[in-house]
Amino acid sequence: MEVYFDNAATTRCEKRAAELMQRILLEDYGNPSSLHKKGMEAEAHMKTAASQLARILKVAEKELIFTSGGTESNNLALIGTALANRRAGKHIITTAIEHASVYNPLIFLEEQGFEVTYLPVDHAGVLSLEALEQAVRDDTILVSMMHVNNEIGTIEPVEQAAELIHEKNPGTLIHVDAIQSFGKLRIYPRRMGIDLLSASGHKIHGPKGVGFLYVKERTKIKPFIYGGGQQKNMRSGTENVAGVAALGAAAETIYESFDEKIACLYELRAYFAKKLQALEGVTLNGASGEKSAPHIVSAAFAGIRAEVLLHALEGRGIYVSTGSACSSNHPAISGTLRAIGVKRELLDATVRFSMSVESTREEADYVIGQLAELLPQLRRFRRR
Amino acid sequence: MEYQAFLIKYGEIAVKGKNRHVFEDTLLSQIQNALKRVEGEFHVSKESGRMYVEAEGRYDYDELMDALTKVFGIVGICPMVRLADDGFDKLAEAVVAYVNEAYKEKNFTFKVNGRRARKNYPMTSMELAAALGEKLLESFPKLRVDVHEPQVNLNVEIRSHINVYSTEVPGPGGMPVGTAGKAMLLLSGGIDSPVAGYMIAKRGVRLEATYFHAPPYTSERAKEKVVDLARIVARYSGPIRLHVVNFTEIQLAIYEKCPHDQLTIIMRRYMMLIAEHFAKASNCLGLITGESIGQVASQTMPSLLVTNEVCTLPVYRPLIGFDKQEIVDISNRIDAFETSILPFEDCCTIFVAKHPVTKPNLKSIKKSETHLAEVIDEMMRRAIETTEDLVVEAD
Repeated sequence: MEVYFDNAATTRCEKRAAELMQRILLEDYGNPSSLHKKGMEAEAHMKTAASQLARILKVAEKELIFTSGGTESNNLALIGTALANRRAGKHIITTAIEHASVYNPLIFLEEQGFEVTYLPVDHAGVLSLEALEQAVRDDTILVSMMHVNNEIGTIEPVEQAAELIHEKNPGTLIHVDAIQSFGKLRIYPRRMGIDLLSASGHKIHGPKGVGFLYVKERTKIKPFIYGGGQQKNMRSGTENVAGVAALGAAAETIYESFDEKIACLYELRAYFAKKLQALEGVTLNGASGEKSAPHIVSAAFAGIRAEVLLHALEGRGIYVSTGSACSSNHPAISGTLRAIGVKRELLDATVRFSMSVESTREEADYVIGQLAELLPQLRRFRRR
Repeated sequence: MEYQAFLIKYGEIAVKGKNRHVFEDTLLSQIQNALKRVEGEFHVSKESGRMYVEAEGRYDYDELMDALTKVFGIVGICPMVRLADDGFDKLAEAVVAYVNEAYKEKNFTFKVNGRRARKNYPMTSMELAAALGEKLLESFPKLRVDVHEPQVNLNVEIRSHINVYSTEVPGPGGMPVGTAGKAMLLLSGGIDSPVAGYMIAKRGVRLEATYFHAPPYTSERAKEKVVDLARIVARYSGPIRLHVVNFTEIQLAIYEKCPHDQLTIIMRRYMMLIAEHFAKASNCLGLITGESIGQVASQTMPSLLVTNEVCTLPVYRPLIGFDKQEIVDISNRIDAFETSILPFEDCCTIFVAKHPVTKPNLKSIKKSETHLAEVIDEMMRRAIETTEDLVVEAD
């Protein structure tokens, strides 16, 4: 049996999106900027995608900028707004558990003279609203926070945070990294008081290499890719028509019968988490129930190195990540796990299981069965 | 400048007496192999004790040089301008143009070496050299002739056509691969073993390699890294047959049944045994390791003695007297370093003792190994049977 429980890293592209993409690459391959019919066909695909996404988010089509993915969206949101608003102030707030694609642009901005405040989270990974309230100042131009943490799945109180921030400083912009929450939760940026929101195609069964940034109308933002002036000058470069169209299609698919799908996923998560916890020496990280996203389960296995467990599971056809897929390529240990106070000896013992709407109870049972066999075997050989 | 041909200089192999043609033929075919990966048409020839690579049509100079400088046996490569014989005046003109383009500052000492392979040429070598020297002095007043220690040796070779050359790109030296025999390299993912393989291949030795894989404690990526390293060494050595041994079972047995501080030494003894099995099966004449005295606990002289004890084939350790930095320098030069330092093996650390023995005692090691007596033969047989057999070629 093959079980792919690494859907927070990436997902399989769904059939409709993949087929649409192929059709565009082979048939409707025009450049949206071309004046002829082929160009118009391509442009129509862009418009369809924008309208599909706008309907899902309840925003205007013109408020969406298509990018090369979540990382570019986060970079554009942070660097683009910081550069455009630097006269209003140079203070930015974020949390201690952000993804590298938020964290590293902020380091760049610090080098450019911006001041960044990093807010702590509690043991479940939830941002402290009191700390946030205290941190907002007159010169705070931007608050950037994630909606769902990619390593432990905790949902952040984005809506309350936005309300608090705007009460204290109506001029402060709010950016939400929704890369792990789009397609898992209902997101309405306007109602939630969000000014900028990043999302990615390949986390929602769309293709890699495409994403979008929602930018609320009249938000001051400066592009950082210059060229032919596509997408109203905000993101030059010939549009990734096939990718964008497939992103729109994938989003539409995932938000069809959404509530039932997500309820099922929550049920599967609870089922899996409960069985996992019943195994010896397993501690779950993050929040439980509806305080967590429906697809991520982070678990620490005392006395076992996560990477060894990962490869042992791989040997049985099960694919997972250590702490975080992004930090597992280099030895740096997860910032999120440290920020939520995971014990030192468990930092290196944490595995992330992430499911999708395609995951089944049989798969969860298979994973549990294999773990029950592997854990005692691996614990026999711990470092002496 | 456009070069149409290259003179290949080979030092050491020219002195090999009656075997000389064998060495030359091997070098010639190694050059031909290396040129297969270069875009363009090339012709390699051997003529009166000299070897030439001629380019037919367009090629990329850097790409060609990159390939030629990886062929062991080549000491130097002289890029040549090739001219038709249209009389002395045309030749003198071309030689002046050559110097003009090859040297930015024309204030060096030089000597013209005439060489007549075609004896019916109207001037003798001496006459030709003197006449060309004169033309150069006229054209570039700051040049000076020095026949004893010239800064520039300008060679003019009269054959059916005329070759002009004065510069030399150093080759890698060594002996053409295939002239010495074959040896089995114990290849890990580290810095040392690829360098050791490179150095032995440099002496004309063909390589096979054995890698010990320990899933799930080492990952598929670690194995890929080893394949990548073999691919890098293969640029010099030619294709490498790589034996990937699944070593987990043996490692775990040692871990459970033997004293932990002896684990690495005992493990290495079994690795040597398995590598030697494959070495003998494919007619290798020795084993190669990247060991260097005292680098780590398992490479102290007492440790080497104990490891060596299981082998009947000679174990070649070309890095034995090298410091780490010297090894790193070679690793960098052969472009292996960046691959070597990719951090994929860190999950293997449970097998490393905090304080491994540095002065193992053979008797005590052998006694510890008796704890494995019941299982080890069967495990070795399984490890050998399940070994994956790959052929790794340069890209």
